[in-house]
Amino acid sequence: MNRIDKTFKKSKKILSVYFSAGYPRIGDTIPILKKLQESGVDMIEIGLPFSDPLADGSVIQKSSTIALKNGMTSMKLFEQLEGVREEIEIPLIIMGYFNPIMQFGVEKFCEKCKQIGIDGLIIPDLPMEIYNRSYKSIFEKNDLYKIFLITPQTSNERINLIDKISKGFIYMVSSASVTGTKRKFGDEQIKYFKRIKKMRLQNPTLVGFGVSNSETFKSTCENSKGAIIGSAFIKFLEQNHLKNINLFVSKIRGK
Amino acid sequence: MNYNIDQNGYYGDFGGAYIPEMLYPNISELKQKYISIMNDVNFKKEFDELLKEYVGRPTPLYFAKRLSKKYNTKIYLKREDLCHTGAHKINNTIGQILLAKHLKKKRIIAETGAGQHGVATATVCALMGIKCVVYMGDIDIKRQSPNVARMKMLGAEVKSVKSGSKTLKDATNEAIRDWINNPLNTHYIIGSVVGPHPYPDMVARFQSVISKEITEQLLEKENKSKPNHIIACVGGGSNAAGAYYNFLNDKNVNLIAVEAAGKGIDTGESAATSVLGKDGIIHGSKTLLMQTSDGQITEPYSISAGLDYPGVGPMHSHLYRTGRAEFISITDDSAMQAGLNLTQLEGIIPAIETSHAFAVFENRKFKTDDIVVVNLSGRGDKDLDTFINYFKLK
Repeated sequence: MNRIDKTFKKSKKILSVYFSAGYPRIGDTIPILKKLQESGVDMIEIGLPFSDPLADGSVIQKSSTIALKNGMTSMKLFEQLEGVREEIEIPLIIMGYFNPIMQFGVEKFCEKCKQIGIDGLIIPDLPMEIYNRSYKSIFEKNDLYKIFLITPQTSNERINLIDKISKGFIYMVSSASVTGTKRKFGDEQIKYFKRIKKMRLQNPTLVGFGVSNSETFKSTCENSKGAIIGSAFIKFLEQNHLKNINLFVSKIRGK
Repeated sequence: MNYNIDQNGYYGDFGGAYIPEMLYPNISELKQKYISIMNDVNFKKEFDELLKEYVGRPTPLYFAKRLSKKYNTKIYLKREDLCHTGAHKINNTIGQILLAKHLKKKRIIAETGAGQHGVATATVCALMGIKCVVYMGDIDIKRQSPNVARMKMLGAEVKSVKSGSKTLKDATNEAIRDWINNPLNTHYIIGSVVGPHPYPDMVARFQSVISKEITEQLLEKENKSKPNHIIACVGGGSNAAGAYYNFLNDKNVNLIAVEAAGKGIDTGESAATSVLGKDGIIHGSKTLLMQTSDGQITEPYSISAGLDYPGVGPMHSHLYRTGRAEFISITDDSAMQAGLNLTQLEGIIPAIETSHAFAVFENRKFKTDDIVVVNLSGRGDKDLDTFINYFKLK
């Protein structure tokens, strides 16, 4: 069983944390993974930095730029992740834009992921249609879940299509925005969370984009299986030592 | 071989819509509606009328006597520089603003490099009374200040982009992010034949009036319906797409695409995508792209802001890959010289982008009785400072 499915089976109020690999320093990837697992995070998204992250706000743009300056590449990340499964048990997802993956070679990239023990990929600019036509079999061959996004503007008809081909979970983008822009959720967003909940999809959902504190985390848990936090964690890393990551996590959990 | 777009939105290997889910509803709406809106009788009537009465079309096809004599061939200039606002860009913005009205959008966003597309967008927004926001790289704002002033006077908000290379690529990123943040009320007027399907095809169709007029005007002047060669500069490639459009599938017409070599192909300061690029994804389209071996998009360079783009439209990638078009790259120095040359031979100051196209005559011979059409895509008023400083004319 894929680790993502196991996690959704046994855990509630799932907290998934995103960080940019190679940020703040090139060698921080493994220490951050360990610290997040120790702090009780349920799942981790490892950001593969890209020069032109279209769906990201200023915080992740900046961490990506710094990571690239630090020398992060797809190859470097795979080197760092070699043997990661000896220490990290929770699900690991790589989130990256399609161009670097295409240059690495989609098949080679997926094989590398499988060998390391990556459970899924989030590729915001590889939409369902192109995935189905050209890449689905490669992902399946390598036991990789391709996680799809839905937004408040996604039609019910399309959500059902996405639900059908999704595995693991569906990434519910909280509002019409790039990453990292909201402080709290308004009525519109809560209404949207409830609408999706009512659809009784076969896949669980996690809310991302704009989840930044215990209040927003709590409200996502009421309407979905949990949340993904990215920009808020990157901001934390800007100002705090890695050893204090547990404080960030417990604050989000409201403990 | 068909050089037009296929039903999935591809030109051969290139094109498509590699977009985040957030953009799906808008792109999908455009994809479903653009052809029917453009074929609508009322739309056509309004579009044609505005092109005639407001833009000043048809633009002349001018026989450049002295230039022809110098290079010993028959050179015609398609005078897009005489369009209202000074470049071909307005053909597309007129079309897209009418389309935005059909889609009931209340706010327009655009990216701009040289500022010509920004000005053309701000102009049609003023004409229609629609709010306009233009994203422009910080470096471009400095080197194209007259156009920044024009946009502001037209009532547009010009947002300075300080991310990445601070040029056209980054302005486009910011415009796309704006669209993600404002999906319901906003239409994004892309200025070139780039971006996710259906933009490359839609913009090419709006610009195709250029080649339609070339056909009509050549019949009148030369009793021929097509030239032997068409030369156009290519950044994203909209003026070239417009000039080639009706001749794409006619191999008797040689298409010449002129890219900016910057300081030279091998200097690391260049924007010659066909030479330096590999297949990649930029701004939602699969196309030739300048990038590192790790797939990071590299920063291009050209003295002309309008050619300073690391990709090229998917149609052009296909024309290059299939050998349908001849690609030539021209350095800053050759382009500047060619611009001055045209100015002093024909009394026409071209944009620096366009000047690249004229440098081809120094690099390539044409037959005496060849008919060569150069698409004179824009005028050089915005570039006076650059010309003056370059030639130390003060």
